[in-house]
Amino acid sequence: MIEALRSHFSPQDVLTEPEDVIPYSFDGTAGLRQTPLVVVFARTAGDVSLVLRLAREHRVPVVTRGSGTGLSGGSVPVPGCVVLCLTRMDRVLGLDEANLTIRAQAGVVTQTICDTVEAAGLFYPPDPGSLKISTIGGNVAENSGGLRGLKYGVTRDYVLGMEVVLADGTVCWLGGRCVKDVAGYNLRDLFIGSEGTLGVITEVLLKLLPRPAARQTLLATFTALDTAAQTVSAIIAAKIIPCTLEFLDRQTIECVEAFAKVGLPGDAEAILLIETDGHPAAVADEASRIEELCRAGGATSVRRARDAEEASRLTTARRSAFSALARMRPTTILEDVTVPRSELAGMIRDVEKAAAAHQVQIATFGHFGDGNLHPTILTDERDADEMVRVEAALALIVEAALARGGTITGEHGVGLAKRRFLRRQLGEGSYELLRTIKRALDPEGLLNPGKIFE
Amino acid sequence: MKTLGELDYSVLQQCIHCGMCLPTCPTYAETKAERNSPRGRIALMRAVADGELSLSKAFAQEMYYCLGCLACVSACPAGVDYAELFETARAQVEEERVLASPRRDFIRWMCLRVVFTRPRLLRLVGRLVWLWQASGLQSVFRKCGLTRLLPASLRNLEPQTPAIRPRFSNQLIGEVERPKGPLGIRFRVAVLTGCVQDLAFPEINRATVDVLLENGCEVHTPPVQPCCGSLHAHNGDLGSARALARRQLDLIDPRAFDAILSNAGGCGLHLRHYDRLLEDDPAYAPRAAEWSRKVRDIHEWLAEIGFRAPKGGPAAGSVTYHESCHLCHGQKVSAQPRSVLRSLPGVELRECAESSWCCGSAGIYNITHPSTSASLLARKLGHVAATGAQTVATANPGCQLQLENGLRSRGGPAVRVAHPVVLLAEAYRAERDAAAFAGK
Repeated sequence: MIEALRSHFSPQDVLTEPEDVIPYSFDGTAGLRQTPLVVVFARTAGDVSLVLRLAREHRVPVVTRGSGTGLSGGSVPVPGCVVLCLTRMDRVLGLDEANLTIRAQAGVVTQTICDTVEAAGLFYPPDPGSLKISTIGGNVAENSGGLRGLKYGVTRDYVLGMEVVLADGTVCWLGGRCVKDVAGYNLRDLFIGSEGTLGVITEVLLKLLPRPAARQTLLATFTALDTAAQTVSAIIAAKIIPCTLEFLDRQTIECVEAFAKVGLPGDAEAILLIETDGHPAAVADEASRIEELCRAGGATSVRRARDAEEASRLTTARRSAFSALARMRPTTILEDVTVPRSELAGMIRDVEKAAAAHQVQIATFGHFGDGNLHPTILTDERDADEMVRVEAALALIVEAALARGGTITGEHGVGLAKRRFLRRQLGEGSYELLRTIKRALDPEGLLNPGKIFE
Repeated sequence: MKTLGELDYSVLQQCIHCGMCLPTCPTYAETKAERNSPRGRIALMRAVADGELSLSKAFAQEMYYCLGCLACVSACPAGVDYAELFETARAQVEEERVLASPRRDFIRWMCLRVVFTRPRLLRLVGRLVWLWQASGLQSVFRKCGLTRLLPASLRNLEPQTPAIRPRFSNQLIGEVERPKGPLGIRFRVAVLTGCVQDLAFPEINRATVDVLLENGCEVHTPPVQPCCGSLHAHNGDLGSARALARRQLDLIDPRAFDAILSNAGGCGLHLRHYDRLLEDDPAYAPRAAEWSRKVRDIHEWLAEIGFRAPKGGPAAGSVTYHESCHLCHGQKVSAQPRSVLRSLPGVELRECAESSWCCGSAGIYNITHPSTSASLLARKLGHVAATGAQTVATANPGCQLQLENGLRSRGGPAVRVAHPVVLLAEAYRAERDAAAFAGK
């Protein structure tokens, strides 16, 4: 396989030395590591097709990867695999201001998409925590969420079309530029969130929105988790849909403040970071109603960002929450169970119970507005005893989320981290349907094997 | 000396490989290969510590491909101590002589052990280079094309030789200078004159003393100062770095001063860490701790004591600020130099894109990795040109040399490179001159 790749690709695009491939043995997920056989960089869909055909010929598994920031082990190599890296496919192929779309190669960094469209007065809303470095292809393959999910939805809601390379090397287009399009099965949606198990996404066509004219960010401080949760319910009940409604608990606040120094309160049990955007008059009105609701709900203080710079510092600080929590203990395991919004307060209590029951340290933050929680387990992977308790606490949290009608993963994907819970959530019939699809598209089982399914 | 394997493992484990460092790493931006990124390098260090990877030549080369700019440290939410990892890795590479060759050994010995440990010898070398330049021999040599006789590696470096000044810091600055203004003596401070700064930019040291006098500081400047050891620590020679730190502490007793001031980003970062460097030396540890508490960057100190904004000034026009990596990422001093620049009457500060992105000087990186260095320099000069500023301010001699060389070889409109403190001193002088003129 290595020889075959070497004969088709330039030397700097085929890596095999230990010093070159060890840095590709992990993604952003804690505790998962596997050194690949070889790393190959594709520059075109043709390259990808060639790699897949060679892999089929030599029966070598292929793990596709962008910047490797995933949080469920989706791009962690499997033994003896080719890592197919798309970061050098990084060209923006065209911004279509008439149809409000942008076309880009899979390896373009999400932030580049945001900057490119913003320069034209447009807006690409999905904003996963790692957007400064994650690739758009990885976002689509994982159906990434982000802070703006409540009002704007997730990556899926902005993908109009894509180019994919199938397991046998066939290159095909799914979807297109039409807003309405009901020709044939909606295969595009099948590939969104397929985690590299059905094919390789090489190009995407994204839907854009006009950039909101105004934004206002507020920071509300609470002395109890419950009052913060009730305030969120009150805001939604008042028919206000902020674009961001984030929540951080005390431990998270401490770590984020230690890194970002944005003046988060040191004595709060919970804070809500709320952002409203849209027409200036609507934003002003919503911001004052949100402020009133927070105060009525028991907020000890409500602070408004003075300007765009302060607002951006606050959101950037929030985005760093997961990594900042790594300051507490050597290993940081980030969860993303999600429940219907009405179940949030109860779910937070379930997390606290799980932590207490198994004596593990858990900090919680997350997207309160859309029910997507990030209980983060702070532990040490070298402590075998503690890791047993961590696993037990994790299982309790997942069970609790399912019991409340939730999901095992809101935005990180199943990958390796959640695959043991998938059958439990989907049920027999729907789990088997997934496997049927996988077998139909990847009969040899060479595309990211072992991910999603056990 | 600690090896990677003996290092507290939690320092390595602190990296959760989230990837937040990648977009800020200049070498990753150049190659898009994980091995050339901070988290990739940490993965390699961890593999070495775990015994999964031998201390190979490729590993060693990777440790030297890193600029050591520490942009990743600013970007890291998890608080990974990359500087410690990187210095330990380089020291281990040197200890086990992974890259050793007779030529490399000779150059390292000559620089790290001979010239940069003997301040008088360094000045003698400086004096000889000055003679060569001032006598016109250098320009004759260049004009006649005799540089072609040099081996290629030296030929490419020759144009980068800094212009040595006729008088060094000790000839420009008295050992003790006292403020004459109405403020009286508010603080006693010591000023460190540096090595390259002393020979190539002594006027920056003079300006540093001037602005301190202007703000009520009694300034002590020992005439012969050893190298601070930053060059040694960053290049895997921690033994020499410790010896130099002890000499520095013998020369300047931190207990006698309110602050010990550095005006060079790279030196300042290292000077702050004497406490860690000498923590296992019972004779020096307490004094080193006191030292680290009192070391300040000059801009930081000016901001701390509330420096006086000058009332008059040269019509300097527009200025942009290039941040020295070790000043902004290492020392976290970023706002203070800008407030010095903003205080200058009639000067407009124009921010340039990527102001905290490495210019490619990075100690001796421009010598060891000329092509990566040149590419970073071109990126930097492009951003500087886009501002249209007439002056680039920067606070590290390596950056200043790199920018001056780049601007000279690029041609185009003349852009001045100056230390913020030099501009501040000029403004105070203009203010005094104006007052004297009015008095007449």
